[in-house]
Amino acid sequence: MRNTEIKPVKIDSEPFFKRLLSHRLTFSLVVLLVVVVQNIITTPDFFKISMTNGLISGYIPNILDEASELVIVTLGMTLVIAVSGGVDLSVGAIMAIAASFCGLLLNGAEYRTDVFHNPYILALFVGLLGGGLCGVFNGFLVSRLKIQPMIATLILFTAGRSIAKQITHGQTIYIMNPVYKWLGVQIPGVPIRTTILISIAIIILVTLVTKLTSLGLYIQSVGINGSASRLVGLNSRAIKFMAFVICGVLAGAAGLVGSSSVGSVNSGELGLSIEMDAILAVALGGNDLFGGKFSIAGAVIGAYTIQAITTTLYAMNVRADQLNVFKAVIIIVIIVASSDVFKEKIKRFTRHLFSKNMSLGGLSDERQ
Amino acid sequence: MNTTKHKQNSPYLMMNDIGKSFPGVRALDHVDFRLRSGDIHALMGENGAGKSTLVKVLTGVFSMDEGSVILDGDPVSIRSPQDAQKHRISTVYQEVNLCPNITVAENLFLGREPRSMGLIDWKQMNIKAAELLHELNIAAAPTAQLDSYSIAIQQMIAIARAVNTECRILILDEPTSSLDADEVEKLFSLMHQLKTTGVGIIFITHFIEQVYEVCDRITVLRNGKLVGEYEVENLPRLQLVTKMMGKEIENLSELDVDRDESRFAGEVPIIEARGLSSGASKVAPFDLKMYASEVVGFAGLLGSGRSELVRTIYGADKATQGQLSIKGKSVKIKNPLDAMKKGMAYLPEDRKDDGIFEDLSVRENIIIALQAKHGMFKRMTRKEMEAYADEYIKLLSIKTPNIETPIKTLSGGNQQKVILARWLLTNPEFMILDEPTRGIDVGTKTEIQKLILKLAGEGKSVAFISSEIDEMLRTCSRMVVMRDRQKVGELTQNQLNQNTIMRTIAGGEGNDA
Repeated sequence: MRNTEIKPVKIDSEPFFKRLLSHRLTFSLVVLLVVVVQNIITTPDFFKISMTNGLISGYIPNILDEASELVIVTLGMTLVIAVSGGVDLSVGAIMAIAASFCGLLLNGAEYRTDVFHNPYILALFVGLLGGGLCGVFNGFLVSRLKIQPMIATLILFTAGRSIAKQITHGQTIYIMNPVYKWLGVQIPGVPIRTTILISIAIIILVTLVTKLTSLGLYIQSVGINGSASRLVGLNSRAIKFMAFVICGVLAGAAGLVGSSSVGSVNSGELGLSIEMDAILAVALGGNDLFGGKFSIAGAVIGAYTIQAITTTLYAMNVRADQLNVFKAVIIIVIIVASSDVFKEKIKRFTRHLFSKNMSLGGLSDERQ
Repeated sequence: MNTTKHKQNSPYLMMNDIGKSFPGVRALDHVDFRLRSGDIHALMGENGAGKSTLVKVLTGVFSMDEGSVILDGDPVSIRSPQDAQKHRISTVYQEVNLCPNITVAENLFLGREPRSMGLIDWKQMNIKAAELLHELNIAAAPTAQLDSYSIAIQQMIAIARAVNTECRILILDEPTSSLDADEVEKLFSLMHQLKTTGVGIIFITHFIEQVYEVCDRITVLRNGKLVGEYEVENLPRLQLVTKMMGKEIENLSELDVDRDESRFAGEVPIIEARGLSSGASKVAPFDLKMYASEVVGFAGLLGSGRSELVRTIYGADKATQGQLSIKGKSVKIKNPLDAMKKGMAYLPEDRKDDGIFEDLSVRENIIIALQAKHGMFKRMTRKEMEAYADEYIKLLSIKTPNIETPIKTLSGGNQQKVILARWLLTNPEFMILDEPTRGIDVGTKTEIQKLILKLAGEGKSVAFISSEIDEMLRTCSRMVVMRDRQKVGELTQNQLNQNTIMRTIAGGEGNDA
């Protein structure tokens, strides 16, 4: 009796390649693969790694190094998008604010000095705190006042760099103490760039936090169904708030890394337009921009892919001002390929092919 | 009151033999519907009866699979809402869909503004608006912003807009559900006024009293089929309710229910509500006692307030007055988590919107409530989760390829079992099950009913809401009856039969013919 009512379960009937195509990581891996293959063809020494000045260097370490700020920011962006279905536009500005706090503490009132006025660790901590406070502000607007994330974060996006400028008294400040570059370049004796180590450490940290606590599950639940989340006892407001704070702290960390690697704080330049790359990285990683399920691995691959594309284009002598055109093309492809209309078209097209074959065999049941 | 004697015999609108199917569902099965000019015609039926499908066929939102529509003697084909407009059919929905931030006059004439020399003639527009509002006795100023008025007035303005297109058929889809009694009166007088001008009104509502107050005829649908068309005076309330719900009285002694109320004498109830009410849901303050080891049914038509009542207990709608005690101790429930921690569980009525997390796996859907109860930092291990999921999949015989399958790919019945599993896992003392068997297959239905009895047998207190009375008769030892957002009675022992329940739901002046 009961068996008659069971609906066929889709997953089982889906052929392998279809499952592969719909897997969230497939798309980003394919894009990354294309970029790598392209590089292997055009750049013979793509995989070559050498030691220069006590640092492992080469094409790949270079990409990993340059991607580090984007990777760190992308991690926060992933959580924000998953929980709210909206984006945090202010991450670039938060980077500038965090670095400015750090620079202010280290340099005191001087705009160029090689003496630390405060302990390095304290300055880093205050920088992260600054990022966290920005996240608190964004989180409050979104979770308490229920302002759309994009609009809420537009405030700091607009005002953040001015605030950062105020902190550093309107100047670019240069931190000449070589210790400052430990974070963004190299710790003496360590042959790998610190940025690579830090970004990997943060990737692991965020993965652990989302997997070892229930934060990951909670974020997905709230992103998928806010009203059901409330009914199963989740505090969706607090979870949204937390995601924005984490995003702020991570943006702060990216700011510190970025400013350390150049040895200065230029609030007009630091992390400029990084929010767009971060959003693109999240999307490229197969994450739904309307929120819900997320994949940290996907987003990280997305971020490295974008950096690899950028580096490749530069290597192909594409000028910086042309770069965005290429990125735009990639965005268009991703957005179109992931749109429901397009998916439906593809589905109908394959079904059309299929039914054609069927009708050749003498069957014409439209309902199937 | 019938002032339009002309065309009394030939209805203005005739929908003949309408059929409409959706994948897996026969939404309308050879339904006839007639509407006369100057009539207020109630379209009644429970959930899934086909009311909204019928209306959507008439307004061109859906195309019909079979049947014909005849307007004023001529067959017409209505393929889009624009077509419906052309045939002078207008609809006003429960939610006002006008623009809140522009003026009343602008709303009335949006898209067909009076023009002079190509420009909008504002003066003319405001004058015309004032005339229209005056004509219909609507207390609103043309130049005031729409959202400066109450929902009731906004609704009437929406009606005025519809009428202004010289409509002959006006469909009012649940217009009264967000209105208070005064506002409803105003709406009704407007409807009476329109009636005298020969407009045929289709009135969809869940409030039985309102049907008897304002309507001339009633068409009842059930499960996509026409039950019949009746004149209001010939159809007592009880019969209406019976026709809406169907009355397949089955053998009730199949399941063994302990109906001896005396067993609770001297016992402290698990849940006791005194004058409880929440401002948001507009349910009148109610008293309720729930004991261990009993199943209490909540009967009433859709929209009668049964869901709102239990939501208030669970804290899904925050109680704004009254008291709640759990096992004799007075408590305040701030939110659902609070309720869960105090031993409650709530399976919501709307499985898709409030129940499942569609992209999450069966395993995650099962453990989510318990995990939320534990808190973020006490994450269950993967092994524990899998063990729980496996246990409950076996216990409730949930049909799923594996525990990592996304829940959205399961059938409705299995999704519901997953949500049941979710709540059983939290080991509650008081379970609220709001329509746990809706839209699921017969086999699973019986399983769930048996499970409910088993839970009560284990000492749990279960609040069971269902639209199917015989299902509750089979499982409940007591029934709470709701009507028009009020608790109107509690039935026990020998009162527990179709007849008494129907009569209590229907209310009215004991007119059971």
